[in-house]
Amino acid sequence: MEATFTLDGQEVPFRPGQTILEAAKAAGVYIPHLCHNPEFKPHGSCKLCTIVVNGRNGSACTMQASAGQDVDSETPELQTMRRTILQMLFVEGNHFCPGCEKSGNCQLQALAYDFEMTTPHFAETFPDLGVDASHPDAWIDFNRCIQCELCVRASRDFDHKDVFALGGRGLGVKLIVNSPTGKLGDSAFAVTDKAAHVCPVGAILIKRVGFAQPIGMRQYDLAPISAEADVCEIPEAPHG
Amino acid sequence: MSDEDPILRSLARHGGDPHALVQILREVQSELGWLSRATQQAVATGLGLPITRVESVVRFYSFFYEQPRGAYRMLVSDNVTDRMAGSQALFAKLCAAFDVKPGELSRDGLVSVALTSCTGMCDQGPGLLVNNIAMPRLGEIPLDELVARVRAREPLAQWPVSWFAVADNIRKAGPLLGPRPEPGRALAAAIARGRQGMMDEMRASRLRGRGGAGFVTFVKWEGARNAPGPERYIVCNADEGEPGTFKDRVLLSSFADRVFEGMAIAGFAVGATRGFLYLRGEYEHLKAPLEAELARMRAGRRLGVSIGGEPGFDFDIAIHLGAGAYICGEESALIESLEGKPGRPRIRPPFPVTSGYLGKPTVVDNVETLCQATEIALHGGAAFAARGTKASTGFKILSISGDCARPGLYEYPFGVRIDEILEACGAVDVAAVQIGGPSGVLATPDEFRRRIAFEDVPTAGAFMVFGAQRDLFEIVRNFAHFFAHESCGFCTPCRVGTALQRDILDKIAEGRGSRYDVNELMRLHELMRRTSHCGLGQTATNAVDDAWRKFRPAFEKRWQAHDFAPAIDLDAALAPARRATGRNDAGAHLTEEA
Repeated sequence: MEATFTLDGQEVPFRPGQTILEAAKAAGVYIPHLCHNPEFKPHGSCKLCTIVVNGRNGSACTMQASAGQDVDSETPELQTMRRTILQMLFVEGNHFCPGCEKSGNCQLQALAYDFEMTTPHFAETFPDLGVDASHPDAWIDFNRCIQCELCVRASRDFDHKDVFALGGRGLGVKLIVNSPTGKLGDSAFAVTDKAAHVCPVGAILIKRVGFAQPIGMRQYDLAPISAEADVCEIPEAPHG
Repeated sequence: MSDEDPILRSLARHGGDPHALVQILREVQSELGWLSRATQQAVATGLGLPITRVESVVRFYSFFYEQPRGAYRMLVSDNVTDRMAGSQALFAKLCAAFDVKPGELSRDGLVSVALTSCTGMCDQGPGLLVNNIAMPRLGEIPLDELVARVRAREPLAQWPVSWFAVADNIRKAGPLLGPRPEPGRALAAAIARGRQGMMDEMRASRLRGRGGAGFVTFVKWEGARNAPGPERYIVCNADEGEPGTFKDRVLLSSFADRVFEGMAIAGFAVGATRGFLYLRGEYEHLKAPLEAELARMRAGRRLGVSIGGEPGFDFDIAIHLGAGAYICGEESALIESLEGKPGRPRIRPPFPVTSGYLGKPTVVDNVETLCQATEIALHGGAAFAARGTKASTGFKILSISGDCARPGLYEYPFGVRIDEILEACGAVDVAAVQIGGPSGVLATPDEFRRRIAFEDVPTAGAFMVFGAQRDLFEIVRNFAHFFAHESCGFCTPCRVGTALQRDILDKIAEGRGSRYDVNELMRLHELMRRTSHCGLGQTATNAVDDAWRKFRPAFEKRWQAHDFAPAIDLDAALAPARRATGRNDAGAHLTEEA
């Protein structure tokens, strides 16, 4: 018999070593997340995937699935907390969707729609973090970085270039670039790098392709982000 | 490049080991005064690291500077107990005397003056750090003389020794703070018991960690001992950063032999050959005496190879200095820092006992916990467990500060009542006691019959007394600023939440708060408690929650509107529009509705 855990009342099978988020996704159940990307080692920093396992809080992207776990995910209180975390991310940076080239392909925006986030709620901080347009093929708007470290992980673990890192502490944490000047144009970064294509928001953008795909026709314009799991392979339902 | 010499020397001293990055940067900065981009690049090149690795460390720790900070870098301790001892006025005087803005360098490039988190001098504050060397009782130092010595560029070594004299203030001694056993006796007792015998005594003692979390020490030791692989590490957590706590400072300055023997005993029982003492950067003044103690122990065969003549009992200890980051008191963040990285708490599991320093089994124990292991080696686990309470065995050292006649260290068996402690330290007319630091419990008189114990009021040792004259709102606002400053920034709820909490309390302090803002604070409390990555974020709102429930008028007296006041000043926001239109008449201003 296949091992299972219970997710919001539904039996979910899992393979040994799978995280709760991975097992849920394989079973067609979406658990919201931003810093997680199945191609990279789990990170556990955005905390959108916070779940309750046997009465204790944890991150679905880093917690191993184990037999008999009783997992709550889509409860009203957890959904409210997730919306608040999204609002925190919005006010921490400068996220003005109508003027952003990423609109429609942005996971932060897509989640905000999914969670019916109608206002940022908290007082905006309006940081002035600047832009780095020094590279011929890509540019960085630091004001939009959500510190998921996907570009850090991609450049380090996939491209083996270590182009990015986070520097600082608390609200002062900022993306930094590995080059003598600190500018992207002087780094080893190339538009063909994995790191150029993993940003879930509009912080790292490719030049000269802006609006090639019209707004309204983009990924999350066509289907909500929560539909992501639907396209995945769904394992056979466990037979008791 | 003229910078290179100290860099090359430091790199050579550490054998070019990237894990020594924090130590190397400390040494280089102590010679050069700050870490320019060229310096950082040279260190990165020397270690074969990307410059971002160096930069991320430099930007993480408060005591690393990317800008010149002068030959005299002054940091005034900003714990609430320092403030109660007059630190804010002294800080303003220092700034004025040197004609320097807070956090900036004086025009002559000589001095910088800034605030820093609690330096652990709460019983003899206000505390000051000059070039990271501690000076207690700033109020008693003649400021004119201090300023004159700085202006004359006199080296610290020529300043009066009394300015740097840190008192132990042991007010009530128990087994640890009382008459000490002769050096080496505990170690010999442990060897006589044998590795398994020592482990059995640890189990029988039911000793729980003294750093706050209260995890059973034997379980940690056993976990590391049973973990696969040949290498194991013992780490002594001397990153005593919880504001209001200073007992480890005294153990390290006057009982260092006990601390190191405790580490060696742990090494013996667990089968580790290397130990690290992670000393907080604020205690740099203790480094030289601790090194001297290590040298004495090596000379006495109490460290090194075949300790005490026991074949195969090899153990030695290295001291690692922190660089100003409260979060490094969290054990996995501490290990990251030991490995030369920013101190961000790791994802757990795996726990350090199976995957700690360099991925090897590692025991991280508090200074006091390791001292208790010497007691257990000497007198056995059963004798240890006979004192204290059933769930909290043995004695606990409390660091008492604030509004009381006799601040200092008090060693009590667990189970002591709060009111007994208050009587002993001479505290009268007490409004509240913050127990366990800003993340702990704010106890009010109706709770003073509660007991210090893991099952009632747990604490790593901080016990800050607030008299009836104190404003509890300002006290918790100080705590909120502390947490926002010390959040590592890894997870969203803590990174943003600690800043939002700080800003909302500042808004209330400015008289623009209302019930709505308190509701916001309580929502943040619930969110951060449940979703933060580590204990810092999970407890950063405790004090505000406690203060709101127990000292409501302290908030309410600051409210102007009852329901809501916006976070921004609406009339001030119209100023650019007034300028653009050249208007300043009544119609161009927002006025309060009658």
